[in-house]
Amino acid sequence: MATGSPDSPDSLVIEIHDLVKVYHMGEVEVRALKGINLLVERGEFVAIMGPSGSGKSTLMNIVGCLDRPTSGTYRLDGIDVSRLDRDQRAEIRNAKIGFVFQSFNLLARTRATENVELPLLYGNLGLSAAERDRRARQALARVGLAGREDHYPSQLSGGQQQRVAIARALVTDPAILLADEPTGNLDSRTSEEIIGIFQELNDAGKTVVLITHEPDIAAHSKRVVYVRDGVVWRDERIVQMRAQPGAPAGEPELAVAFPFTVAPAAEPVSEEVAR
Amino acid sequence: MKVSALRLWNITKVGLMAISRNKMRSLLTMLGIIIGVGCVITMVAVGTGASSSIQDTINSLGTNFIMLFPGAATTGGARMFTDQSRITPEDADAIKAECPAVAYVSPGARTNAQIVAGELNWGTQVWGVGVDWPNIRAWNVADGDFFTDVDVRTSSKVCVLGATVAQNLFPNGDAVGSSIRIKKVPFKVVGVLERKGGNMMGQDQDDQIVAPYTTVMKQLLGSPRINMIYISARSAADVKEAENEIDALMRQRHRIPPGQESDINMRSQEEIASTSEQTSKTLSILLGSAAAISLLVGGIGIMNIMLVSVTERTREIGIRLAIGAKGRHVLIQFLLEAMALSIVGGAIGVGLGLFAPYLVTRFAGMPTQVSTGSVALAFGFAAAIGVFFGFYPARKASRLDPIDALRYE
Repeated sequence: MATGSPDSPDSLVIEIHDLVKVYHMGEVEVRALKGINLLVERGEFVAIMGPSGSGKSTLMNIVGCLDRPTSGTYRLDGIDVSRLDRDQRAEIRNAKIGFVFQSFNLLARTRATENVELPLLYGNLGLSAAERDRRARQALARVGLAGREDHYPSQLSGGQQQRVAIARALVTDPAILLADEPTGNLDSRTSEEIIGIFQELNDAGKTVVLITHEPDIAAHSKRVVYVRDGVVWRDERIVQMRAQPGAPAGEPELAVAFPFTVAPAAEPVSEEVAR
Repeated sequence: MKVSALRLWNITKVGLMAISRNKMRSLLTMLGIIIGVGCVITMVAVGTGASSSIQDTINSLGTNFIMLFPGAATTGGARMFTDQSRITPEDADAIKAECPAVAYVSPGARTNAQIVAGELNWGTQVWGVGVDWPNIRAWNVADGDFFTDVDVRTSSKVCVLGATVAQNLFPNGDAVGSSIRIKKVPFKVVGVLERKGGNMMGQDQDDQIVAPYTTVMKQLLGSPRINMIYISARSAADVKEAENEIDALMRQRHRIPPGQESDINMRSQEEIASTSEQTSKTLSILLGSAAAISLLVGGIGIMNIMLVSVTERTREIGIRLAIGAKGRHVLIQFLLEAMALSIVGGAIGVGLGLFAPYLVTRFAGMPTQVSTGSVALAFGFAAAIGVFFGFYPARKASRLDPIDALRYE
């Protein structure tokens, strides 16, 4: 396995340079990503937005180490993961990434604790069954599911299932939480609850990368990266107004953050990470 | 980078969980293996039982046993089997006198007769034999005595009853000392033979009477010829030698030149044993291949259901891969599931295979003998089938692309 190289700054958890992904669909060559540059610092809460076909999903697959870029480099938590093989990527996913999916993706007929324990089964930690169980219960408690540890997914509401999925993502204490449309299958009230959990985790220091197409979900993050035609088209920070009970939802920021009607810039906007 | 024992156990548990969640389907999948393993054990048990009962019967013939029958006689160039025996009691005496490898010799002259004892009567066969006969057949009297050399020389009208005959004519057990009439000739019963049971053909060996051959030939047959000669070699190693000596002697006595077919036939216990061994081997191969086919079909059933299972659980595989399962974890999981199916099926099949022979014996009256070897073989084979037929679906699962698998509906 590749190890972290000393020249990557400690504070950077995602470091992507000139990322290109080309798919070959028979004769046709599809350039899904045309040179993405993206730096994410530890403790950030980044929303990645973009219409379908923008390359957003491809980017997410590469960030999640499910796929490899055609060219360019990707450092995750200081480790160059862009050239790793299948098994090495599996190890990285297990250790560094906590996935949360739109459709929850829990194992049916498997208790909440067992679902949460799953990543620990595949890890190199060599934990005892009791220790795995303890960590799973801890993670479930952290997402507010204490008392429902032994429920099966079918006995839980959508929001609760998504909480189990978040607990499963947390249990290995990964470098990033990677959430792909985590509220896509939930009603707006439950969506607020779920996004609230991500905010709490982020406040506690977790790096969160959220893929969404819903502006009001993205509004809860601290930074929005807008992907279009395979490049980062805009990269904006959001002035947060959350955690103010009674305060109006960030309407003004939304207007600033998502100028959908603006024509795309001729050149891709390079990231402006505040150091 | 190897899979540790702990993780292997975890993955095993995952596999067992998957089976217990699909109980009905798992049971149906295992049915092929259950029947296959059950069949192997039962069939081998029936085969072993049959061959061991044949072996017992052969051993009951007596040790180092050789039977001499009249064979093909050549008359004027035409070769034919004749009813006309050319063997005489003198041949028997000559064999005893001149063949060093031979220990015991007894003529055998047979007739069928209706036996009357008081108000009871019984149809059976009467064998005229010599005093060596009990030694050759390894057959002792249970009650009374065997007739003596003097009885043979003087053609005494004495006889020894087989257990079945004694039971039918003397239900009270007072056979010894009584008198019976064989073809209206009165005979004194001097003994009753031990019970020996059925022979290879299923005939009751205890349904016969033995008497001095001299008496039988004179009083009952009126012929100088006898049906056969019972011979016992000095040891098992001497059987071949004895056969050669007897052959040479009989050619000399019957004036048959070397190279020409002899007018006698000899069969040793060994030959009889090897013939029936051949038969039971053929039987075993036949039954074994039937069982192997059912195990094979069972294996294909497992492969089929595992392929269905892999397709059905594509999403689950995707989830596992996404959260850090490596290809080999998935491979081992599905392989273990297939193995668990075949091992659990094999275990149930062993249970069936232990029970079914009991039923066969109970209701079909066939002797059975369950051998540990067949149980181990069937069980091992079942497990191997799980690995063999589980490998393809498991490999298919392990090679899924996590992105496609997660997207699978």
